[in-house]
Amino acid sequence: MGRNPWTRLTQTNVDPALESPGSNPVFRVQDVTKTYHMGQVSVHALRNINLELYTGELVVLLGASGSGKSTLLNILGGLDVPTTGRVFYGHEELSGASTRALTLYRRHHVGFVFQFYNLIPSLTARENVALVTEIAHAAMKPEEALELVGLSDRLDHFPAQLSGGEQQRVAIARAVAKNPQVLLCDEPTGALDLETGRMVLRVLERVNRQTGTCTAIITHNAAIAAMGDRVIQMSSGRIASVDRNAERTSVEAIHW
Amino acid sequence: MTVLTMRGTYESLDSSRDQYYRDTRFPDIWASLEKAPLSLVGDLEAISGVATVTTRIALNANLDVPSTDAPALGRLFSVPENRSASLADIHVKTGRYVDPESPDEAVVSRNFAVANGFTPGDTLRAVINGRLHGLRIVGTGISPEHTYAIPPGAIIPDNERYGIIWIGRRALSSMYDMEGAFNEVLIQLAPGSKERAVMSDLDQVLRPYGGLGAYPRSRQPSHLMVQSELDQNRATGTIIPIVFLAVAAFLLNVVLSRMIATQRSEIAVLKAFGYSNAEVGWHYLQFAFVAVLIGTGAGIFLGIALGQSMVDLYGEFFDFPNLEYDASPVLMIIAVGVSLVAATIGALGSVRRASRLPPAEAMRAEPPASFKPGLVERWGFGSSLPPAGRMILRNVERTPVRSLLSIVGVAYAVAILVIGMFMFDGVDRMMELQFGETQREDLAVNFNRSLSPSVRYDLARLDGVTRVEPFRVVPVRLRSGQLTQDSGITGIPRESRLRRIIAASGRVQPLPPSGVVLSDLLAERLAVEAGDVLRVEVLEGPRHVRDVTVAGVVEDFLGLSVFMDLDALHRLVGTASVSGAFLSVDDHRRAGLNAALKTVPAVASVSSPDQSLASFEEQLDESLLISVFFILGFSSVIAIAVIYNGARVALSERGRELASLRVLGFSRREVAVLLLGEQAITTVAAIPLGWLLGYGLAAAVAAGVRTDAYRIPFVVSTNTFMLAALVTILAALLSGLIVRRRLDRMDLIEVLKTRE
Ligand SMILES: Nc1ncnc2c1ncn2[C@@H]1O[C@H](COP(=O)(O)OP(=O)(O)OP(=O)(O)O)[C@@H](O)[C@H]1O
Ligand SMILES: [Mg+2]
Repeated sequence: MGRNPWTRLTQTNVDPALESPGSNPVFRVQDVTKTYHMGQVSVHALRNINLELYTGELVVLLGASGSGKSTLLNILGGLDVPTTGRVFYGHEELSGASTRALTLYRRHHVGFVFQFYNLIPSLTARENVALVTEIAHAAMKPEEALELVGLSDRLDHFPAQLSGGEQQRVAIARAVAKNPQVLLCDEPTGALDLETGRMVLRVLERVNRQTGTCTAIITHNAAIAAMGDRVIQMSSGRIASVDRNAERTSVEAIHW
Repeated sequence: MTVLTMRGTYESLDSSRDQYYRDTRFPDIWASLEKAPLSLVGDLEAISGVATVTTRIALNANLDVPSTDAPALGRLFSVPENRSASLADIHVKTGRYVDPESPDEAVVSRNFAVANGFTPGDTLRAVINGRLHGLRIVGTGISPEHTYAIPPGAIIPDNERYGIIWIGRRALSSMYDMEGAFNEVLIQLAPGSKERAVMSDLDQVLRPYGGLGAYPRSRQPSHLMVQSELDQNRATGTIIPIVFLAVAAFLLNVVLSRMIATQRSEIAVLKAFGYSNAEVGWHYLQFAFVAVLIGTGAGIFLGIALGQSMVDLYGEFFDFPNLEYDASPVLMIIAVGVSLVAATIGALGSVRRASRLPPAEAMRAEPPASFKPGLVERWGFGSSLPPAGRMILRNVERTPVRSLLSIVGVAYAVAILVIGMFMFDGVDRMMELQFGETQREDLAVNFNRSLSPSVRYDLARLDGVTRVEPFRVVPVRLRSGQLTQDSGITGIPRESRLRRIIAASGRVQPLPPSGVVLSDLLAERLAVEAGDVLRVEVLEGPRHVRDVTVAGVVEDFLGLSVFMDLDALHRLVGTASVSGAFLSVDDHRRAGLNAALKTVPAVASVSSPDQSLASFEEQLDESLLISVFFILGFSSVIAIAVIYNGARVALSERGRELASLRVLGFSRREVAVLLLGEQAITTVAAIPLGWLLGYGLAAAVAAGVRTDAYRIPFVVSTNTFMLAALVTILAALLSGLIVRRRLDRMDLIEVLKTRE
């Protein structure tokens, strides 16, 4: 792992201890577009996006269905590449990086949470987390990560033996266990009922506070926007507005 | 397709051989004698059951072949003036047939011509009756009597130094002082006549003329070799397609059940609309049928193409003219029918499962697979494994039947390889015993007539000869009760060091001072054991009939040999003479010795085990290439099909899981290892099982392949096992590679967008 081009970033460019957002951009997105060609038709999923995300901040992404939220998040997470424009993670450029480099980037720096939990059905909760902690460096213990999401008593359950909310919390534990620099959540509460969704958001909020991970959450629920440092509104592949909340509202205080 | 290739090959070979036999009027019965006048033909034709009689002159002659320093042996046959009416015709390959009026024209066997570079127009020098004759080669030909041209006393063909030569009857009879006479009779039976009866009548008629005993087609050496080759072909043509069909049924089963699993909701919708179980079931069976029909369509096409090329290869080997691959319609119907049945059985189970579901249940997604720590982990091996290893194990253990069937499938591929290649181990072992242990002479000299035993002193005086051991071969008929068997007793000195009697086990069988030692195949034929008494009719000299004790039975693998002490044999026959000698030779003076032997008129042939072995191995390589090619092909196809299919099914079942792993930062290679680990376990588990299976089947084949000419000793070398494993592993790697490429092209985002 010594030749991993991304390790350097961990030490020099991004300091998780830095609490105040605004000082240190984790991501810089410059003139990014993403176009899908389907026969004669081209779909412009992203049009000329410019954006910076900072250490420790919690960003909420809102926007109508098809506005390009997932596309943007996938590009930030190294799952997809922009058609034009550049994306920087610290000083390293993600746009144009090799498949191998992107894989290592995801392995060591990114935590993902999806609407569907994507747990490995043949592994227990603990093993699902261990799968990730074994390949990342500076990772937590699986038990520690599961403790963080309040699942210490479900360590040896298989996904099929867990409720949806519990599965999603295992997924979060798996995402944060590697101590990632960024945590990207695409509709993490989409498949959950209100109360369970609230619990999951609380976990995300706490993890963001405790670890200082730059966190981006996509949601269709505008009320959730209050929990973020900033709220990015997307529409038709463009950023319609970026609003800064004067103060983050705790999940408990939000009503929807 | 395999059915077509394998069975079709057998049938084509069989039918083209029959055609060949018909075209050349291959005789039913052969009989040799010393000399009889042509006037005897009337008596022969009068034997009841005889349809056609052809007489000819056959003799051995020393040939002067420029390419070898040792003399080559020629078997000369007279060909009749009236070619179309006589038996044992030849098929001219190049040049033309001999002109019956010409005094010196000859057609030579094609293999001999090719091996020595003879073409029509060349002259061949032959020593006949002590006189040198120049023969003009006008053509090359083949004959079913000599598909395998095995020199007398040898066990394997030698194309270089054993040639068949056909010469006009008038010319040959004057060279051999046989005008108005013959020494070989060929007979074609009338339909419905009794072979045994005709043979015994024939022996009766020929007895006063030095008859050496008639033998039927089933004992004709070349026919015997071809027959055993075809039998073998038929055996593999039966076993391999069965394995193939089983594997195909299994694959179809897995694929269909997978397809139905992904179409549960469609089934539910159909049933919600009021379709009956039978209709739904039929709908899916149609898939199976379409698959089978497309498969058999392509299979028939490929099968015929492959069969044709296989037949061509064999044809070159057997030298059958007009070899044409024709798969009979019956065969095709069988192939399609068997495939269809296999497919239906394979599909039925999964269709039943699908159509049994109540619609409401079927509309829901399939319940998540329930996992539990498997057997291996409960045994306590799990704790040391990383999560990835546990994933692989649990997936293998979750579908135990499928995993087991995959293992069995791959094991069969291994087994086929073992069976295919053990034959060569067997032949290797045979050759090693024959040439390493039994035939220890440097040169074997055959005389063209019986000579006084004192000839050994003449031979010993030749420059370079360090040891001489005379031998004698006497044609006999062995009788035990109702059972008779024609054979030749080989007499060698008891203290012989150059020839020993070696059992298949490698043990040396000592030669008793009196009595005969039989090979166990012959003992079985005559239903005798050591200690029993055999009646021996000597077919030369004063033709004594004597009772001889069976002093020993040796379990060897070469034909029907009978051994006896040389002196005891002299006493049995009543005269002392020898037919040849085995020589030890000083290596440095070998060339000179060969040249010297070439000029001795009494020497009919000189052979050396080294050279026979070399030429045999050359031939073996050729047939080995054919077999290995097919065996490798078939077993690789099985291994690849099973492993690739397993990996594909796993990929479709667990695509989401694998995509998640990629998202989590697992590299392509790591994900491939997770997916293919299951296949690796299958392969690793299958190899020892396949070895076992192959070993068992090889034992069965070894027991099954027993002809008069030889049997295969049952040995399987480590090399065979290793090679079988290696080929299987390569096939597994290849299928892994193909799946890996699919894995690499997987669209992560696409997979993650869908619900599980
Ligand atoms: N593989 C693809 N091929 C073609 N078009 C695509 C593809 N993926 C996304 N799109 C299009 O890109 C646009 C943006 O998609 P994206 O998934 O980013 O939307 P979203 O904002 O996440 O919507 P939702 O809230 O429904 O998840 C959509 O119009 C979609 O149709
Ligand atoms: Mg989306």
